Amino acid sequence: MIRYILRRLLWVVFLLFAVSLITFVIFYLLPSADPAALRAGRQPNPALVESIRHQLGLDQPWYVQYGRYMKNLVFHFDFGFSYQNGVPVRQLIFSRLPASISLAAGAAVLWLVVGIGVGVIAAVRPRTKLDRASMGLALVGISAPVYWLGLVALYLFSADIGLIPILPGANSYVPLSEDPAAWFTSLIMPWCVLAVSFAAFYSRLLRGNLTEVLSEDYIRTARAKGLSERRVVFRHGLRSAITPIVTIFGLDLGILLGGAILTETVFNIPGIGRLSYASIVRSDLPVIQGTVLLGAFFIVFANLLVDIFYAFLDPRVRYQ
Amino acid sequence: MSTGVPRLVEPSSGLTAADPLEFGAIASRTPWQLFWRNFKKDRVAIAGLIFIVLLVAAAIAAPLITKLVGASPPNLINTDALDSFGTPTGPSSEHLFGVDPLGRDVLSRTLYGARVSLEVALISTALATLIGVVLGLVAGFFRGWVDSGISRLMDVLLAFPALLLALGLAAACSLGDGCAVSTPLQVVGLATIVIGLLGGALALVRGRREMVGASLAVVGFGLVFLVLGSVFTITIEPGAGVVIFVITLVSWTYISRIVRGQVLSLREKEFVEASRSLGASDARIVFKEILPNLIVPIIVYATLILPTNILLEAALSFLGAGVQPPNASWGAMIAEATSVFDTAWWYMLVPGLALLFTVLAFNVVGDGLSDALNPRQEG
Repeated sequence: MIRYILRRLLWVVFLLFAVSLITFVIFYLLPSADPAALRAGRQPNPALVESIRHQLGLDQPWYVQYGRYMKNLVFHFDFGFSYQNGVPVRQLIFSRLPASISLAAGAAVLWLVVGIGVGVIAAVRPRTKLDRASMGLALVGISAPVYWLGLVALYLFSADIGLIPILPGANSYVPLSEDPAAWFTSLIMPWCVLAVSFAAFYSRLLRGNLTEVLSEDYIRTARAKGLSERRVVFRHGLRSAITPIVTIFGLDLGILLGGAILTETVFNIPGIGRLSYASIVRSDLPVIQGTVLLGAFFIVFANLLVDIFYAFLDPRVRYQ
Repeated sequence: MSTGVPRLVEPSSGLTAADPLEFGAIASRTPWQLFWRNFKKDRVAIAGLIFIVLLVAAAIAAPLITKLVGASPPNLINTDALDSFGTPTGPSSEHLFGVDPLGRDVLSRTLYGARVSLEVALISTALATLIGVVLGLVAGFFRGWVDSGISRLMDVLLAFPALLLALGLAAACSLGDGCAVSTPLQVVGLATIVIGLLGGALALVRGRREMVGASLAVVGFGLVFLVLGSVFTITIEPGAGVVIFVITLVSWTYISRIVRGQVLSLREKEFVEASRSLGASDARIVFKEILPNLIVPIIVYATLILPTNILLEAALSFLGAGVQPPNASWGAMIAEATSVFDTAWWYMLVPGLALLFTVLAFNVVGDGLSDALNPRQEG
């Protein structure tokens, strides 16, 4: 088991290295705005641009720049400085991370509860009106673009412009450390909007798995020996039907921790997603590099955790 | 029955003495007929299919429809359509779905937006399917180092935050004159040829004759890339081209994984074994034995990634990295609506609903397809 985990860890390190290299090459080679010119202000004179270029090390060949970047990252955990305003990228990321984690974690709780609940209800009453209605609604939920749902929710419920003004709208995010109550109410709408498509997807997946499992022989046996239906469904059925959900949940959460760009944009939540989006618009390579690496880190580690989880459950995986 | 085939006795209907089996009435059905029989029972899927057909027709006939309903052309800026405060006016007889902040007709912009949405999604899905099928086939059929190589490549691609990668590439290619991809293509081609030759040499040294075919396939890939990169000067233009490229890049892995898995199990089946023992070549086995059995899952999964690709295109446009203004696309319209949606609700609602219904229709049809093709999972 230890050998398996070590081997996977090594692969994770390689993956992150590959991601950093590819990101660097993409944004170095592809035409994009000149960061030195951006930094130099409205009416840059060529000498100033040249000196900024030298100062940022942009006059060196790309492999020298990349080597220096990696050296600082590996030995000092230093992501460099934003081209835009000279703030350390590490500081930028850590200041934005709480918002993204708040958003992802709250939405995750919501979509797990709703998704699993609806999935189980639909699976134990297959082919009823309730089943068809909830699965139809779930398909609508999967099809709705999250940013549009966000706008509709704001139009309907936000305190400033909503038809039924009951919830704080966009721009209302408050950090948890400042005011927990305001933090909670400001995130209710983003959580619900973000959770819709995930809850819909999970409920459909779980319903499919659970109906299949409930038709297996061992479920019939469990019923035959007189177990209550509740015990059959939850203890025997759900336990095996939920494994794929665990995998997908790990991956989804990993992706969202790296920033929910669309949801953060609509509700103007200062998270990693908005940071990375802004950095791409401004060709701010150190920030792009930092946020891509952070996102890749979450994704790869979520994958790793899911794989280890499986390896614990199923010894065959370890020897592949 | 519309297929014109004599009706088969349903297995569920009980046979009585008065209803003797008529052997003449039993006809063989092609898989296609069996599929259609299942599919057309699914009313929701049929409704989705009708919606898609109408949408495609509307997209093609967009100029005609705009003329018929008397709407102004999609990019015509008309400040007369704004009210005296300069805010857009809502639905009226002149502009059925209202106008946007520049006074452009929302109906005709939505119709032209459908063109972009469908074009980008269809082309990128087709490309992703093609790449996914070829790489999945090669990986699953030859296994060994080719398989590991392709899997590792997918691992690297999947480690990227997909939307961020797409956004970054699209943004970088949308600035300036676009991305010149000829040199990268040449480099990738050369590297692939070298890998293929090395692998082939290794296979010969180790006496593993069966891997020589795989090496040749890899060399062939490399040659295709090299020739493409050398003969044509390929520049990915800002706009639809970039979006298609980016969406293809992030969606082929899905098809490839499915195809690889199917090929791994198909290649061990008796009929492949039989063909091989008769002396069939690798090429014959791949194209005549395995590929025909893959058509159904390929169609199903292509239909399932299509709506995802529509959403991805809209998301990229929403973030400003898609089709460039003034051309209309649904995502960009929703983005423009963000600043005025409290007064001009129609500008947010119309493209949003168009997007929702389109994606829903494709999802419903994809669902119906997979149900009709895998009757076991009926439910």
